[in-house]
Amino acid sequence: MINYSTFQIWLVIALVGAGTFFMRYSFLGAIGNRPMPPWLLRILRYTAVSVLPALAAPLVLWPDAANGQPDPARLAAACATVVAGVMTRSALAAILAGAAMLSLGLYLS
Amino acid sequence: MKNAKQRANRRAAAIEASRTRALARNPLQSALHGAVQSTPFLLVMIPFGLLFGVVATKAGFNLPEVMGFTVLVLAGASQFTAVQLMTDHAPVWLVVLSCVAVNLRMAMYSASLVPWLGSATQMSRAAVAYALIDQTYVLSIDYFQNTPRLSMTQRLSYFAGTAVVMCGSWILFCFIGATAGRAIPASIPLDFVVPITFLAMIAPALRTPAHVAAATVAVVVSLALAWLPAGVGPMIAAVLAMLTGAGVETLLLRRRASR
Repeated sequence: MINYSTFQIWLVIALVGAGTFFMRYSFLGAIGNRPMPPWLLRILRYTAVSVLPALAAPLVLWPDAANGQPDPARLAAACATVVAGVMTRSALAAILAGAAMLSLGLYLS
Repeated sequence: MKNAKQRANRRAAAIEASRTRALARNPLQSALHGAVQSTPFLLVMIPFGLLFGVVATKAGFNLPEVMGFTVLVLAGASQFTAVQLMTDHAPVWLVVLSCVAVNLRMAMYSASLVPWLGSATQMSRAAVAYALIDQTYVLSIDYFQNTPRLSMTQRLSYFAGTAVVMCGSWILFCFIGATAGRAIPASIPLDFVVPITFLAMIAPALRTPAHVAAATVAVVVSLALAWLPAGVGPMIAAVLAMLTGAGVETLLLRRRASR
């Protein structure tokens, strides 16, 4: 459960909302046609594949639901998700594979 | 050989016909076309939306807060990131920084739309920016590139059609998840929704050695820094991973050029 004040929660919503809008508006609205340095574009290209795995890795290895201990069912589910995603190139297929493996793993354990 | 040639000709004719149809559409027809072409993505938006509503509600957010996230942020991955980090009691500045970092790719989308929508009115561009999510971007850039001679009105109408279906369904199903989600039994392991969702979003993107290198560094460094306060390790890991991805790409380009 969360323990933030109402003010803090709405502060997060407002700041993330404003920051995200700025990202989306940046070139289209404010910067326009001016060219960007290639090194910046190159780094931006890797944000999603960097941020999301970094956030997911500890959750996979030390899940709260298993009191922070590695859990075979959750590890197997994570592997199934990645393998299905790489093979099918489809996020939906990856989720379905992960959910199926997690249900199977939890049923067996 | 003749068969292959015929097939190529037929494909070229089909592309030409679809371009002619696209150019003849009035604004309403363009919008409808965008809406219809978005429908396969509902398969992703509906379960994700429901899950966000359920996960955020179970984490302790009330309905106005869940809908505040959904309407004002309107970006699935960063919404899940916020809920995850706040469940881990991360400091507010770190939650904001991580969520905005997840959305850095939107700047790329914004830049690549400039040649197509850059000369629209300021209001239109602001509206496009608000509704610029993975799905509306992918559909629109594909349509614009396939039919370069569309008028600005046709482009904006098409984008509006995708935006109404995609963003509308995201908001609607977050609401349904947040209000009807209590009916979901406690035995379903919702804790694992966030990591599975994140892995499912990046796995299909692991196309090049540079992407694989970035993801690997992200995982290894994040695990090595797990002893730091919540959210700090992943942030450092992500920065190192982005530099790794850009570095590997540069190396590969250089090697190809010297060959």
